[in-house]
Amino acid sequence: MAHTSALGSVSTDPSRRRQIAEFWFYFSENRGAVIGLVVFALLVVIALAAPLIAPHAPNAQYRDAVLVPPFWEEGGRAAYPLGTDAVGRDMLSRLLYGSRYSLFIGVIVTSIALSGGIVVGVVAGYFRGWVDTAIMRLMDIILAFPSLLLALVLVAVLGPGLTNAMIAIALVLQPHFVRLTRAAVMAEKTRDYVTAAKVAGAGPLRLMFRTILPNCMAPLIVQGTLSFSTAILDAAALGFLGMGAQPPTPEWGTMLAEAREFILRAWWVVTFPGLAILITVLAINVMGDGLRDALDPKLKRS
Amino acid sequence: MKRSTFAAAFLAATVLSGGASAKTLVYCSEGSPEGFDPGLYTAGTTFDASSRPVYNRLVEFKPGTTEIEPGLAESWEISDDGLQYTFKLRPGVKFQTTSFFTPTRDLNADDVLFAFERQLKTDNPWNQYVAGAAWEYFSGMGFPDLIQSIEKVDDMTVKFTLKTKEAPFLANLGMDFASIMSKEYADSLEAAGKKEQLNQMPLGTGPYKFVAYQQDAVIRYQAHDGYWKGKEKIDDLVFAITTDAAVRLQKLKAGECHVMPYPNAADVEGMKADANLQVMEAPGLNIAYLAFNTTQAPFDKTEVRNAINIAINREAIVDAVFQGAAVPAKNPIPPTIWSYNDAIPADKYDPAAAKAALEAAGVSGLSMKVWAMPVARPYMLNARRAAELIQSDLAAVGITAEIVSYEWAEYLERSKAKDRDGAVILGWTGDNGDPDNFLHTLLGCDAVGGNNRAQWCNKEFDDLVVKAKQETDQAERAKLYEQAQVVFKRETPWVTLDHSTVVMPMSKKVSGYVMSPLGHHSFSGVDVAE
Amino acid sequence: MLRFLLGRLAVLVPTFIGVSIIAFSFIRLLPGDPVALLSGERVMSPERHAEISRELGLDRPIIVQYLDYLSGIVTGDFGRSIVTKQPVTAQFFELFPATLELSICAIVFAILLGIPAGIFAAVRRGSFFDQSVMGAALVGYSMPIFWWGLLLIILFSGILQWTPVSGRISLMFFFPSVTGFMLVDSLLSGQAGAFASAASHLVLPTIVLGTIPLAVIARQTRSAMLEVLSEDYVRTARAKGLSPFRVIGVHALRNALIPVITTIGLQVGVMLAGAILTETIFSWPGIGKWMVDSVFRRDYPVIQGGLLIIAGIIMLVNLGVDIMYGLVNPRIRH
Repeated sequence: MAHTSALGSVSTDPSRRRQIAEFWFYFSENRGAVIGLVVFALLVVIALAAPLIAPHAPNAQYRDAVLVPPFWEEGGRAAYPLGTDAVGRDMLSRLLYGSRYSLFIGVIVTSIALSGGIVVGVVAGYFRGWVDTAIMRLMDIILAFPSLLLALVLVAVLGPGLTNAMIAIALVLQPHFVRLTRAAVMAEKTRDYVTAAKVAGAGPLRLMFRTILPNCMAPLIVQGTLSFSTAILDAAALGFLGMGAQPPTPEWGTMLAEAREFILRAWWVVTFPGLAILITVLAINVMGDGLRDALDPKLKRS
Repeated sequence: MKRSTFAAAFLAATVLSGGASAKTLVYCSEGSPEGFDPGLYTAGTTFDASSRPVYNRLVEFKPGTTEIEPGLAESWEISDDGLQYTFKLRPGVKFQTTSFFTPTRDLNADDVLFAFERQLKTDNPWNQYVAGAAWEYFSGMGFPDLIQSIEKVDDMTVKFTLKTKEAPFLANLGMDFASIMSKEYADSLEAAGKKEQLNQMPLGTGPYKFVAYQQDAVIRYQAHDGYWKGKEKIDDLVFAITTDAAVRLQKLKAGECHVMPYPNAADVEGMKADANLQVMEAPGLNIAYLAFNTTQAPFDKTEVRNAINIAINREAIVDAVFQGAAVPAKNPIPPTIWSYNDAIPADKYDPAAAKAALEAAGVSGLSMKVWAMPVARPYMLNARRAAELIQSDLAAVGITAEIVSYEWAEYLERSKAKDRDGAVILGWTGDNGDPDNFLHTLLGCDAVGGNNRAQWCNKEFDDLVVKAKQETDQAERAKLYEQAQVVFKRETPWVTLDHSTVVMPMSKKVSGYVMSPLGHHSFSGVDVAE
Repeated sequence: MLRFLLGRLAVLVPTFIGVSIIAFSFIRLLPGDPVALLSGERVMSPERHAEISRELGLDRPIIVQYLDYLSGIVTGDFGRSIVTKQPVTAQFFELFPATLELSICAIVFAILLGIPAGIFAAVRRGSFFDQSVMGAALVGYSMPIFWWGLLLIILFSGILQWTPVSGRISLMFFFPSVTGFMLVDSLLSGQAGAFASAASHLVLPTIVLGTIPLAVIARQTRSAMLEVLSEDYVRTARAKGLSPFRVIGVHALRNALIPVITTIGLQVGVMLAGAILTETIFSWPGIGKWMVDSVFRRDYPVIQGGLLIIAGIIMLVNLGVDIMYGLVNPRIRH
């Protein structure tokens, strides 16, 4: 679901600082992106500080407080600000801890997909020929399946669980990075500075990763942000289908799946985890938009 | 299938729209039937859609009980050695006339022979009419090894000869796989080269005839005009397949259906308060248990098992998993089954005593695995949640428990292993309401390495249940089973967890619905007010 | 053009074979014995187990199984479900119209709302309207649709009781399935109220499934429109004093729509993925739910056949998009 029209390349400006300043100038012009950044930073803080700020342990069961509504509803208790679930666990604490899982999933999946995608994409774009053909066919094959369906079957193969869900999602997201990297490498390869480096005797490895790659980073960063949010969404969807993180893990999608049977009786167990997913994904996507605008000179002009 | 049901569907459509007085009952069923030949499958959902509306059996369960009454067989005789069962068929039983087949004759012995022989004889032309037909229940109930022969004595008499004495045999014949089918219909399908239709468009003697099935969506039936017990009050019976319990409830509330099975435990209270709904409840024919591996130390010690037995708070599990829609279990059979030994005292939750008993047994710092099923079953809606509760109960007596789970097929397979590490949460839903179906099937020595997940072979217990199997006098059998339950409680191979309560919410317009202790959903005798 | 087509097809065939190998080998790697699953808590004798494995062909070498499978595919035989024992293709074609109908409604919903919203946002760039449309699009784009569906059910079916809860049509209506599309069949049946009932059942699933495509299309239309509006010929047209309606409606829109059409084509895969969640939530009897159920039931032949058919459809749609794009924009043919 992540498309970007970001194909811009950052020129080899000698002054890195000016580049960053320019980037920040464009980025901060986008008010939404800054808000997204702030929310995201807040989420990171929450994730890191979850044990300090959560009022209860995420898996502690208070059997005298089963399905207690949020504090502002009748019957709510101040000790459980957002209510409790079916076995008396504090919703707020679980939600706070849940941010750890979502961010963790985002980071790991994006890193795997990004690094794997870069290596494979650079190799394909640099060497061309049959290596390229084979790699791109394989990517075509992966892209021929709807991503969530492929991830679902992959997780079924590997066994349900958070780790396997992350592996499956990373694999499904991989082709986007491969294609982007390959396209960028092919575009850069014929440029003068590459030819110059070649003439100067740089080996293929150095050429690929030191000379060409840094100049292809802009679209990859944008794609990376989008993958971050896709990973969180897909992991939650797998959790929702019972194939992601397993209970009692306070992963938001898994919490939703567990809460489904209470949809008519306890709205809070259904509403809050979904809201948490939406806010997180939204913040990242808004941020990604800002990043794209700031990194993509073509759109900057318009 | 779609094309061939076209005419049928069209006919029914005109009938439905034309006759304003047609009474329709909509049942929000919980899943799609796997097919319509009950011999091929084991799921209750499939039976609800096939054997119960469309077919009858030689003997049937009296509505609301686990007792046997005459069905298609008017009467029967059992020889003195207990090996020969002779059934006299009911005369004048009509098969259903449907858009896809018009029967020309009434039920006779050929139909009975056909129904059993296709399952018994591997060389029967119908034995493999669907690829992979395994006749699960027929072989699961031990029929291939039990039946010596089935003979047609005359047109209306059939004789079964058994190899060994088997007291539960009669009850088994009341089960769904023993449904009687029309040989005439089967022959016509065979002649037309369309054998598989038998599994797609069923035709029997039952209260409702099959009209059409839209995959994963709707099944339609109509009352069988010539039903031998008299035509049903409902004209049209519709199964609206709705897999999600919350959605089923919403449909019930919105009047989109009249009856639903398996509500979420969490919703039951609200349904009882709803003025438009009535909620029927009955104890289920099931048990959930935590089976130790009694061959592994320290669980080979009775004292250790007994200590853990009282360390677990069953009430808490019943509350958290079933929201009260279950009762804590003390015996390995549910209270609805005859011979249930109510004299046995309930297990008292007593962590302090448990801790002391463990210390006395010289067990300290114990860590163990608790296996939790990955799927919801009627007897245990959320094994994970139960395992978490057990885990924290065990922690209170100084036992560290680790929860493990596998994918369902894997779970079933691995839990059978004799050297399995850990205690397993599992359960059982009875098939025929006979205590043998629980006590011998799940705890007999024969079942070690299989259904006996406790790997528990106790001679005293085994002698009792094997003896009961061969005894034909029910009062005698009951005594033996009561005694067996005493041995069970003393030895505690399982922590008996719960018997779930079956809850059937329905519209107040529905009358005459009888809950089956066997978990069947049958709409024979049901009426619906306009 | 022919060379372009042949080239595309030449890529398609090996890709499809690759897809079939992947689909096939996944299934062999699935843990859990499908034969054991048939018996549930009950125990199956080893002889019976072996017998069934043999009947299902699971005891042969894997290569033989694959080649057998491949030759079956060529003749349209994708195997049989282990659970229902029905042919996979028969099940697929019975369920596919439901998914197709829902997907078409969702994409139409997304186009009808998304394109005008995108155009107006671009024309009134920076306005309050633009900002709210783009804000809403971002929220839609970030929406966990499985949760969105639950919320809509709570609100519209639970509290307000405006829409039916699930299914495709009220059960009071019964007519033969001609096209498999409930909207069409209900009209053909001539029964009063049938169409309205079918339509009301489609509302919530359409919104849920259409949410992400709507967001994507609105955003894409807006940015394509912005780009076109800044092109010289548009400026010229404006300078010449052509009415804004003509400039936007005729000159700009036609060119802006090319990337939008591609985007719409690409949504097919997104829709099929979304159908998995949407159909699960609304008990919609389509292929998304069928696949999820089959994964849980370990119904090997269905998972593998379904994966393959779905991948095949996506590949064909992508080919169609390519061809259309090639027709519209001759430059990329080479």
